[in-house]
Amino acid sequence: MDDSMHQHSESTDHHQPSGIKRWLYTTNHKDIGTLYLGFSLLMLFIGGAMAMVIRAELFQPGLQLVDPNFFNQMTTVHGLIMVFGAVMPAFVGLANWMIPLMIGAPDMALPRMNNWSFWILPFAFAILLGSLFMDGGGPNFGWTFYAPLSTTYSNDNTALFVFSVHIMGISSIMGAINVIVTIFNLRAPGMTLMKMPMFVWTWLITAFLLIAVMPVLAGTVTMVLTDKYFGTSFFNAMGGGDPVMFQHIFWFFGHPEVYIMILPAFGIVSTIVPAFSRKKLFGYHSMVYATASIAFLSFIVWAHHMFTTGMPLAAELFFMYSTMLISVPTGVKVFNWVATMWRGSLSFEVPMLFSIAFIVLFTIGGLSGLMLAITPADFQYHDTYFVVAHFHYVLVTGALFSIIAAVYYWMPKWTGNMFNIRLAKIHFWLSLISVNVLFFPMHFVGLAGMPRRIADYALQFADFNMIISLGGFAFGLSQLLFVWCVVECFRGGEKVPARVWDGAEGLEWEVASPAPYHTFSTPPEIK
Amino acid sequence: MKQHRPLLKRLVVISGLMFGFAFALVPLYDVFCQVTGLNGKPSMEKAKVSESVNTSQQVDVDFLTHAKEGSPFKVTTESQRLTVNIGEMNKVTFIARNLSDQDRVFQSVPSVSPGLAAQYLHKVQCFCFEQQALKANEKIEMTLLFYVDEELPIEIEEMTLSYALFDITEKI
Repeated sequence: MDDSMHQHSESTDHHQPSGIKRWLYTTNHKDIGTLYLGFSLLMLFIGGAMAMVIRAELFQPGLQLVDPNFFNQMTTVHGLIMVFGAVMPAFVGLANWMIPLMIGAPDMALPRMNNWSFWILPFAFAILLGSLFMDGGGPNFGWTFYAPLSTTYSNDNTALFVFSVHIMGISSIMGAINVIVTIFNLRAPGMTLMKMPMFVWTWLITAFLLIAVMPVLAGTVTMVLTDKYFGTSFFNAMGGGDPVMFQHIFWFFGHPEVYIMILPAFGIVSTIVPAFSRKKLFGYHSMVYATASIAFLSFIVWAHHMFTTGMPLAAELFFMYSTMLISVPTGVKVFNWVATMWRGSLSFEVPMLFSIAFIVLFTIGGLSGLMLAITPADFQYHDTYFVVAHFHYVLVTGALFSIIAAVYYWMPKWTGNMFNIRLAKIHFWLSLISVNVLFFPMHFVGLAGMPRRIADYALQFADFNMIISLGGFAFGLSQLLFVWCVVECFRGGEKVPARVWDGAEGLEWEVASPAPYHTFSTPPEIK
Repeated sequence: MKQHRPLLKRLVVISGLMFGFAFALVPLYDVFCQVTGLNGKPSMEKAKVSESVNTSQQVDVDFLTHAKEGSPFKVTTESQRLTVNIGEMNKVTFIARNLSDQDRVFQSVPSVSPGLAAQYLHKVQCFCFEQQALKANEKIEMTLLFYVDEELPIEIEEMTLSYALFDITEKI
């Protein structure tokens, strides 16, 4: 890959360090995008290995493999790794690679900060993962670290968790600032805001969400830190604090966070579906407004995670209705995707397969979300596997599927090689089937009352849990095919032209494949 | 780089402000709840005595006490449940015991459930207004004088007044 990049480099006189230094010192958006994506893939497998531990323990009722405390550490760190280590860095990686190419910019606006925002991430996760091997173990209070679990009842390594979240937060904020400055200042002449590709739009809105809520997360963990180690009483009733307030502050971050993990996915699907329908995206303007309204609404719905804390009726009604309101702009999006495909000349290449699976399965996740929004019903569903099923449908078949779709869509542009289509299709079908075997029965055991985050369960859930675990192992193993496809594609393969997909539109297809190390040193013209 | 500096500065300032906002949320929630009476935090101030009694409306009031883990106190009351007339003054006697061989001080923090009822339960005298100092193994009687407001919504037929006891000997 190194060689091909040199060959296509537009400025050959520029000296480049080689080996590890090239990656450590790089300020090139393509290198940093690759680093982010590689890191995210590694984290996907580390977090996935933890999911395998969880599913192995839940394969049968009773305690077989791990003790409950370690099980709790697995659920906690699995959540943290997947959210902050796999999904978010993958989107930042895609943003790094694609946004400058899509808006005709030579690089990200702040390349040195870009380097920093990636290279502090491995330290954050080294600290978090390292705490698992220390006396007392890692965090075991769930990724939501509710007080007093994380303050009064947590182990002494909680400070490590706090600092690793601080570093992840700083990295995300720097990444978001970079995206905003790039989009505002470096668009090619003639590219007005309403001419930007959907992926750029969704990332712009996501970046604003990030700088609005990641600092709040940093504040929350700081309060946990001072409550635990320095005798403050933010969440301690003994000193006049309030543990329920933790949940308010946490979910003020937490709810916009879930849209941070899905808005770029909307952008990806809005890019891929038109390309393989050979039509323009239906309702571009409504897509932009729907994205913005989802982002706005995400700030006023946080307490729907807290219906069972004993809120007054007025508040429960407000949060129920505002939550249900989100399904309107989301429905607009799903409608627009379907309308884009309507009477299009569809072809089912691998990215399109993942995108269609995204639309169908994300909608299932959205519908179970709507069920959870109904306050009286939520009292039944709260903290059961129904919730687990819901957020895995939106995060795995939603966010993760869109990331995989994006990789299959743009990887030929990155490497100049076509991936092994047969293998990728096998990867798709295995993933599609196993992911539903994995997550769909969770709805049933959840409705029947199986609580989440517990290492054991009542006997009547045994059969379904065995099916779920088998689906889990199959899904986990299927992702090895993805790695195979990616590695093979980076190593070589059938050469592709600049415009890899005949229906694809956008500036990224104007540059050669593989994309030269430096692109758009002179801005392109936008018609 | 120069062209980016103004925007960069603004975004960094916004991030900083949002970090501060997380901490500002702490008093903001308190103010919001006080104004709206939403989260059921009972008032810690002495209430005025009620002027009228409404014998046609009754409400059941339960009393709960629990000492926080590790604090050596036991507080009990004879009347665990009272049916009270709206507006009528009620007296409840609590007995507090220090189970340890040291002089200890505790503070009780009241809370009312359902939360919306909190603003209608008025305490004229309460041991929760002051810190309670108990000598080693001492036993004292404490008084609660309260009445329920006439404004109490008709659908609230019972409420619970719960006291959490905290050992604050080391903190004073």
